[in-house]
Amino acid sequence: MGMMLMIHPDRCTGCRNCELACVMEHEGAFRPKASRVHVYTWEREGFSVPMMCQQCKDAACTTVCMPKAMTRNRETGQVELDQSLCIGCKMCVQACPFGCVAWDLATAKILKCDTCGGDPSCAEICPTAALEWVEDTLSTRTRKQTFAAKLKNAFAEV
Amino acid sequence: MHGWTGKILRVDLTSGTVRTEALNPATARAFIGARGLGTKIMYDEVDPTVDPLSPANKLIFAAGPLTGTFAPSMGRFDVVTKGPLTGAIAASNSGGAWGPELKYAGYDLLIVEGRAAKPVYLWIEDDAVAIRDAAHLWGKDVPETTERLNEETAADAKVACIGPAGERMALIASIMNDMQRAAGRSGVGAVMGSKNLKAVVVRGTGAVTVADREAFVGAVTRAATKIKEHPVGGTGLRLYGTNVLVNILNSVGGLPTGNFQEARFETADKVGGESLAAHQLQRPKGCFACIISCGRATKVTNPKYKGRGEGPEYETAWGFGPDCRIDDLDAVTKANYLCNEYGMDTISMGGTIACAMELFSRGLLTREDTAGLELDFGNAEAMVEAVRLTGTGEGVGVLLAEGSYRLASRFGHPELSMTVKKQEMPAYDPRAVQGIGLNYATNNRGGCHVRGYTISPEILGVPVKADKDAIDGKPELVVLFQNLTAALDSTGGCLFTTFGIGADEFAELMTTATGVPYTADRFIRAGERIWNLERLWNLKAGLSAVDDTLPPRMTGEPIPAGPSKGAVSRVPEMMPLYYAVRGWDGEGVPTRETLDVLELA
Repeated sequence: MGMMLMIHPDRCTGCRNCELACVMEHEGAFRPKASRVHVYTWEREGFSVPMMCQQCKDAACTTVCMPKAMTRNRETGQVELDQSLCIGCKMCVQACPFGCVAWDLATAKILKCDTCGGDPSCAEICPTAALEWVEDTLSTRTRKQTFAAKLKNAFAEV
Repeated sequence: MHGWTGKILRVDLTSGTVRTEALNPATARAFIGARGLGTKIMYDEVDPTVDPLSPANKLIFAAGPLTGTFAPSMGRFDVVTKGPLTGAIAASNSGGAWGPELKYAGYDLLIVEGRAAKPVYLWIEDDAVAIRDAAHLWGKDVPETTERLNEETAADAKVACIGPAGERMALIASIMNDMQRAAGRSGVGAVMGSKNLKAVVVRGTGAVTVADREAFVGAVTRAATKIKEHPVGGTGLRLYGTNVLVNILNSVGGLPTGNFQEARFETADKVGGESLAAHQLQRPKGCFACIISCGRATKVTNPKYKGRGEGPEYETAWGFGPDCRIDDLDAVTKANYLCNEYGMDTISMGGTIACAMELFSRGLLTREDTAGLELDFGNAEAMVEAVRLTGTGEGVGVLLAEGSYRLASRFGHPELSMTVKKQEMPAYDPRAVQGIGLNYATNNRGGCHVRGYTISPEILGVPVKADKDAIDGKPELVVLFQNLTAALDSTGGCLFTTFGIGADEFAELMTTATGVPYTADRFIRAGERIWNLERLWNLKAGLSAVDDTLPPRMTGEPIPAGPSKGAVSRVPEMMPLYYAVRGWDGEGVPTRETLDVLELA
């Protein structure tokens, strides 16, 4: 069994506490541009979506990584970056379909979610549980149930 | 420096020069930031008698030392200037993510001076600062301006701008940031318009650091826990927003109705937070670093008032609702959207329309004056149209744009303007709640609730219950709340954090963030220093003890019905005590000793 970061955009308030917790954890300062998670807000609709590494099973970033610095840990299910092997070629940045690997010019390194080693600070600080660190089997079940409830309500009104 | 970035950006629009200056650490310690530091700079640099809409006035955007950190709900900033509505010092506080972005760009404060020859906007990207042409944006509303600027600068840049109301220097114009958040009060948007400054766009890639990382994280965790565990800060505000107060104030007979003629509105529930949550609410929103999420992302589907955006807050729902004897929440919400889009203060707009409705009902304002608009109390369509006309500067909107004091004076009845220092009072009847009345009367920016929110103890019982009708102890209570709020505003903190934490927690956050040892006493003392400096500014601007009064209706006309029937404000009785507690003389002037103690002499 693995763990995953579950994103619930419908609960997100756009407060960006996750960005701040992430960058404080990894950089020791509040520099949200270097955060591994970013929240995008559509102000007209008041809707926000947090974006971070999806820890793909067949991860494009691992495929293109020549020095094999980016690899998938089969046991935890997480895609891990070994900074000591990274040559900074930025192939992973270009390969990620979600745009969730970034190059930080200020520190000359790749920025990617490492789930804080299995205890993600973003999920911990999130005031509305829009980000949840959950078992990857149960996670989908919760969402299924949520949508099932919505369907139930819709049908109940018919 | 930690907490503070240590740098000030100064832009002179007349000459087009841009320069940076170091922030003096001693001044920062004494005045904290945001409202406090902005006021200090105004005091040192600007003649208080200046015409607020002249190039000699300055417009200061000021973040606090906690802005940009994850101190809970503390990502705010103030716009400090001489307010054209009041003639007093203005500091309008706003949330969103604009203030933090200014810090990440490297600046605690942005000082805008002079006046551009033609419409411009500022584009600040870290050290690169450009004054750009804004001819193509002039006349555009806030959402459109924001989107256009994000297209031509950077998608993740943050925009503070004025709408058409600010361009025309409407005295109730706001400055909007992040499309939906407002530095609303005192007409700060008119000052921006007078400078031909359409917007300030900022993008920062830098960092805000803290002095003691581990201790700061600990202080944040403790403060956040207290706020989350509080029934108001942790639950109530997210569920129902600030508008949960409509039913609470109505139940005690303290909900001003019909331009403060009554204090209870039969159908108030229809415009309350519970109704909003059931109908228009899409989801709660949070400002930067917020854990409270009182913001309301809402939508109106009723074709007559169709729209989407943020709000209404309590004071907005009250102003367009009960104060105008309107109970149509779709109309109220639409009026809020229009204010956000045209860039206008919802409290002053609502209060001004309520005043116009009373003038209309008394035949003082005629159909000729309103170009046929039937401004009767309860006419929701006319209310929304009046807001629109004020935004576009047409018809009766030209008169409404000046606020209720000038409107009522124009028709010979200034006493029908429910203002203090020409600024509209918010949604708490000072006859029904004695402390808040004293706060209105003494507030340095005129009719305002958020600078001494005694509603907490007097109505909500937070942190302890105070008798709302009593005057004993109220001067002390008001002074304490005013001082604490002046200090917490200056950190970048949100007032609503006081639903959970107080001076002790703020002192700990400030100490660990900045490395400067603050205690609760020193923190509140800094607030007292800021309050007195604002007072000194106002005295030099020509205001005096005679301006520390409520509209005559509040002392002369008892509440006619409801739970607070018969009540009048007892501000005149409390005022000498208030001055004494403040260490001011009988004329409301800080004594030499007071200024010595506060190191303001």
